[in-house]
Amino acid sequence: MSDNILEIKNLVTEFKTENGWLRAVDGVSFDVPKGKTVGIVGESGCGKSVTAMSIIDLLPKPMGHVKRGQVVFKGRDLRQLDHKEYYKIRGGRISVIFQEPMTALNPVHKIGRQISEVLLLHTKMSKKEAWQESIRVLDSVGIPAPDQRINEYPHQLSGGMRQRVVIAMALACKPDLVIADEPTTALDVTVQAEILDLINKLQKEMGMSVIMITHDLGVIAETCDEVVVMYAGRVVERGDVHTIFKKPVHAYTKALLNSIPSLDAPRKSELSTIPGTVEGIADFVEGCRFCQRMSVPVEQLTERPNFIEIEKGHWVENCPTCNSQRPAMA
Amino acid sequence: MSDLLEVNDLKMHFPVRGGITMKQVGSVKAVDGVSFTVKPGETLGLVGESGCGKSTLGKCLLRLYEPTAGQIDLEGRDITRMSQAKLRPLRKDIQMMFQDPAESLNSRFSVRQIVREPLDIQKIGTRKERDAMVEDLLEKVGLPRSAADKFPFEFSGGQRQRIGVARAIALNPKMLVLDEPVSALDVSVQSQVLNLLVDLQKELNMAYIFIAHDLAVVKHISDRVAVMYLGKIVELADSDVIYHSPRHGYTKALLSAIPHADPSYEKNRIRLEGEVPSPIDPPKGSAFGHRINHPRYDETVGMDMKLVEIASGHWVAADPCSLTEEDWQKAKALVSA
Repeated sequence: MSDNILEIKNLVTEFKTENGWLRAVDGVSFDVPKGKTVGIVGESGCGKSVTAMSIIDLLPKPMGHVKRGQVVFKGRDLRQLDHKEYYKIRGGRISVIFQEPMTALNPVHKIGRQISEVLLLHTKMSKKEAWQESIRVLDSVGIPAPDQRINEYPHQLSGGMRQRVVIAMALACKPDLVIADEPTTALDVTVQAEILDLINKLQKEMGMSVIMITHDLGVIAETCDEVVVMYAGRVVERGDVHTIFKKPVHAYTKALLNSIPSLDAPRKSELSTIPGTVEGIADFVEGCRFCQRMSVPVEQLTERPNFIEIEKGHWVENCPTCNSQRPAMA
Repeated sequence: MSDLLEVNDLKMHFPVRGGITMKQVGSVKAVDGVSFTVKPGETLGLVGESGCGKSTLGKCLLRLYEPTAGQIDLEGRDITRMSQAKLRPLRKDIQMMFQDPAESLNSRFSVRQIVREPLDIQKIGTRKERDAMVEDLLEKVGLPRSAADKFPFEFSGGQRQRIGVARAIALNPKMLVLDEPVSALDVSVQSQVLNLLVDLQKELNMAYIFIAHDLAVVKHISDRVAVMYLGKIVELADSDVIYHSPRHGYTKALLSAIPHADPSYEKNRIRLEGEVPSPIDPPKGSAFGHRINHPRYDETVGMDMKLVEIASGHWVAADPCSLTEEDWQKAKALVSA
């Protein structure tokens, strides 16, 4: 068995619209090594959340479906599993930390009930044991006085505490893989720092793998081992975090890195920008979509660029216009 | 240069009501004694965590809230208690731009109606002239003139924010209050809007009050930065100074929490335990000292921790819990002087 806990191969996810089926995720492949954090970064609408929801089959049905591709978790293709088996894995072996803790928690149930629900579903614990275990999990995510907090409702907690509860729920069954979908976007920077530290710490203790979805390159740099850069439903570049930040090859990755305001740049200096915006999903071309944004005529963008490995573990979409550095191992 | 805006000991307390009689049982001290000045053409950044009162302060400046106490002078005129009728002509000079481009534009209005509305209210020129002005404004913010007859939903987030900018600058204001203008945008679009704001400021010599929680963005655009904590300004200085040599403990903690987009960056993080205290029942002493459980907290109970100018142009709250011993001795001397 390989060292990868999850391997995604050529994933295609489509949504039904008035204009037929549109591809939100168009042939995405990447691996998640055991015990590592893989970041998925990209602008809104690039398909990063849809990719995550496809992994755990939480797409809105019947509008969305995975058209093809493999999601191999611990050597088994999740798409081949029946409902019952999927149920055991989702929430138990693979769990999700959602962005908005207020919508991820049920406002009318006590926190303890929401955490023990996960345990009751996925383990053979009795109600009493599950309740005790919930207290222990709350304690491990750094909630003070967990035996009292467990009897409270979500509205009684602050934003940071609520996010800790969501993390506690996700980690209750000691999953092998956690998908964190913008886990700190709704939080203040000081609270964000605490939550990221917490996820890192728990990951080390429990040896789980994490998929970190975010648009914040700072969060990626601080938490991830590997990075997947997505643009318009496709992966444009993928590699080790140091490689992506220090030696990016694809023009989009470079542009994204350049557009962050640096703390060292002189004030009010011109920030580098990416012209235009991401095309609507219905207008995507088959060829390089970043070229499309850069106003290359659509007629020239008929062929999809190959996704190639230019050095070990560093993959890039091989579009001659977008890659100034011609790939060595092509 | 004389100040464009001068704010003195501004307070905004919201009543909290309870019981069957809805009697006032307390108050939320959202803004609690804030003073600062803004010069023409200058950008003052306002940062702090959610609930620190930065947005409330912005709204008070435009009298969208009626401040409880204190004084706001716009070009030497006290606007704090001016009647709405008298205030209306002055509203030209100070405009506001909001965070969410989807919610701050009326979806049933065309872009022309949206941008023209301030011109209509101030009765500037004829209808025809106003329509022409709208198209000029759209061009100025980098949108095509034809955008005037479209509706907000036809635009992307960044373009909608440009429409918001066009409306805000329609009356040629002397000051813009920008409340989280780029937080809802993607990083590449965010830099487009920031560049636009910087260019317009140079061209029109507007002063900005830039409210945001993203410290890198604030640093980029601001000349001076004020850090707010629990309704009060705790530190105010030139933006380079505040980022490179902060003096207040809270500023230091806030800066150390910024995630750096560099995987080899060595973190030296100051952890802030606990939560921001409630503004309904703020601690009696130093709010920051209370949060970090500082051993000298008891000393600060009842102490007036006003801002002192510890170095030229560098103001900091005189609070023994938040300053180094050396700075505190200096600050103490300045308070008693």
